[in-house]
Amino acid sequence: MTTRIDARFAELAKEGRSAFVTFLMAGDPDPKTSLDIIKALPKAGADIIEIGMPFTDPMADGPSIQAAGLRALKGGMTLRKTLEMVRGFRKEDDTTPLVLMGYYNPIYIYGVDKFLADAKSAGVDGLIIVDLPPEEDDELCIPALKAGLNFIRLATPTTDDKRLPAVLANTSGFVYYVSITGITGAAAADSKAVGDAVARIKRHTKLPVCVGFGIRTPQAARAIAEKANGAVVGTALVDALRDSLDTQGQATSKTVAAVADLVASLAQGVRGAKQAAE
Amino acid sequence: MNPKLPNSFRTGPDERGHFGNFGGRFVAETLMPLILDLEKAYAAAKADPSFQTEMNGYLKDYVGRPSPLYFAERLTEHLGGAKIYLKREELNHTGSHKVNNVLGQIMVARRMGKKRIIAETGAGQHGVATATLCARFGLECVVYMGAVDVARQAPNVFRMEMLGAKVVPVQSGTRTLKDAMNEALRDWVTNVHNTFYCIGTVAGPHPYPMMVRDFQSVIGEETRKQMQEAEGRLPDSLVACIGGGSNAMGLFHPFLDDPSVEIFGVEAAGHGLTQLHAASIAGGRAGVLHGNRTYLLMDDDGQIQDAHSISAGLDYPGIGPEHSWLHETGRVTYLSATDDEALAAFMLLSRLEGIPPALESAHAIAKVTELAPKRPKDHLMVVNLSGRGDKDIPQITEILKGKKQ
Ligand SMILES: Cc1ncc(COP(=O)(O)O)c(C=O)c1O
Repeated sequence: MTTRIDARFAELAKEGRSAFVTFLMAGDPDPKTSLDIIKALPKAGADIIEIGMPFTDPMADGPSIQAAGLRALKGGMTLRKTLEMVRGFRKEDDTTPLVLMGYYNPIYIYGVDKFLADAKSAGVDGLIIVDLPPEEDDELCIPALKAGLNFIRLATPTTDDKRLPAVLANTSGFVYYVSITGITGAAAADSKAVGDAVARIKRHTKLPVCVGFGIRTPQAARAIAEKANGAVVGTALVDALRDSLDTQGQATSKTVAAVADLVASLAQGVRGAKQAAE
Repeated sequence: MNPKLPNSFRTGPDERGHFGNFGGRFVAETLMPLILDLEKAYAAAKADPSFQTEMNGYLKDYVGRPSPLYFAERLTEHLGGAKIYLKREELNHTGSHKVNNVLGQIMVARRMGKKRIIAETGAGQHGVATATLCARFGLECVVYMGAVDVARQAPNVFRMEMLGAKVVPVQSGTRTLKDAMNEALRDWVTNVHNTFYCIGTVAGPHPYPMMVRDFQSVIGEETRKQMQEAEGRLPDSLVACIGGGSNAMGLFHPFLDDPSVEIFGVEAAGHGLTQLHAASIAGGRAGVLHGNRTYLLMDDDGQIQDAHSISAGLDYPGIGPEHSWLHETGRVTYLSATDDEALAAFMLLSRLEGIPPALESAHAIAKVTELAPKRPKDHLMVVNLSGRGDKDIPQITEILKGKKQ
């Protein structure tokens, strides 16, 4: 079975370039603006879209993404509405891969089977769940794979060669390499270390490897895109969104453009990268 | 409820850290290798007689154990029912039961070669105990504490700083214990290479709930022996307050397979169970937070709700996973006490016995005042006096001033 994610990486391989992956929080700062932003991403140059599922207690996120989640929750976002948003996006775009990223509890409370069925029918392609390591694969990973969704795993600098096979065993779509030990929004890793880590992971898998955490500028995105199959940017986009809000934290006429413009310049960076490592 | 009752209540968790449906290891990949290392290091320590010997030495001469089992004669007379014994954990060095667990974890951290210790704290008792043992063993110590708790437990903040710890006020979320734990986890993810996370209660990812329980079980083991000496038999009932549930688990665990012993955990009912409270079993349901599946306060979307308790140490929207399992199997009965009931119990124990309890422990005393009168005079009831009330005196003074106005 090929998913939109597999298809997208196959296309990119033909074009000979790496993916630009964007992360934004669903419902930030309100459901309508958030959908408008997501709709603008492919045109601005996003190849794969990650959408955060807001959670009150995001234990692996820094202050920017924590605040984005709280803005979304305050704006009335729920997991059900996040899936509605995906449906809204899919009305206009049936090819850009969509990955939901977040924490397990809201899914557990929604009900795993119901969530997987609803996510699949809404047009979700993959899941990244921060607090579900391979040790808990029975919870969601295995059912998600059965439901035809990709389960994208995080690998980190602490995932050594001994552990990598366990982490990769049920991973599909791509591998998300977290380039630092730390939370989102922290400093970036240098690209030499990233290159070594990607090479190490590639010795264990044929899956594409995308790298995230700490990428903020077109130059940094380009440097990472030269080492990996994709560069993920989250906090920088969330910050651009935040900076466009009014003093009450409400969207302004500039909000969608603020995010889209940054996406466009980061995408330029990724597209300027020399052929990615294979 | 209780679909299949186990032969023993004392064999959990399984190798994946499950107590029935509860527990587990719901953490970010960055932490997983370290958690597996910790599991190994703890198993090795447990199997090493020299570890136990060394720990017993510190428990005796540094902590001051065994803590007395004291017959509360005037409280017993006042309530006119069960014979009430207080397990005097408040007499431990640092003023609460928390030190039992911290000593154990610091000794494991030393075996693992970790030089930097982090902790979360609510009331500050766990933070104080951690700062104390870090001073004793020359380790760097960083304590995360919700900004609300920094204000209401000021004496403990000064103590931690005097002991050389860095106290970080946490401004995110509700600025109480839950957020302190989030922030400690964020620190851990960032500094995983040199840092040991000393969790203060029987919660978090496996092996913490088991390890903390084991270190706290000294409370119940001593109680068994002391009651045997005092009365020649087992107690008839046990009562303890529950934040995450470590003082309770420490008292309960050695008695779980003695069916004649009734066991009561007391959660914090805050303003009352229909309003803001911290009683996750009474008012919550099963979910996943902070590394384990357990009862949690949350809304229909799975978002964690604010807890409230007058006592910072109970102000947490969850409970240790083993308690969730003991609730579902029916082995332990979970009750709750409101802020006002705890305050009244604080005054009562201070006036009758000359022992101001920690506001946390006062929740247990509050339920004793309901349970004891309904039981015969030969009923032996043990209540865990998990901490002393000194830290709460500024807060209580403010509250009483407010009530007079
Ligand atoms: C004196 C005292 N008792 C009880 C508690 C609650 O924790 P636990 O339920 O883990 O015993 C605390 C926590 O700060 C405490 O300081």
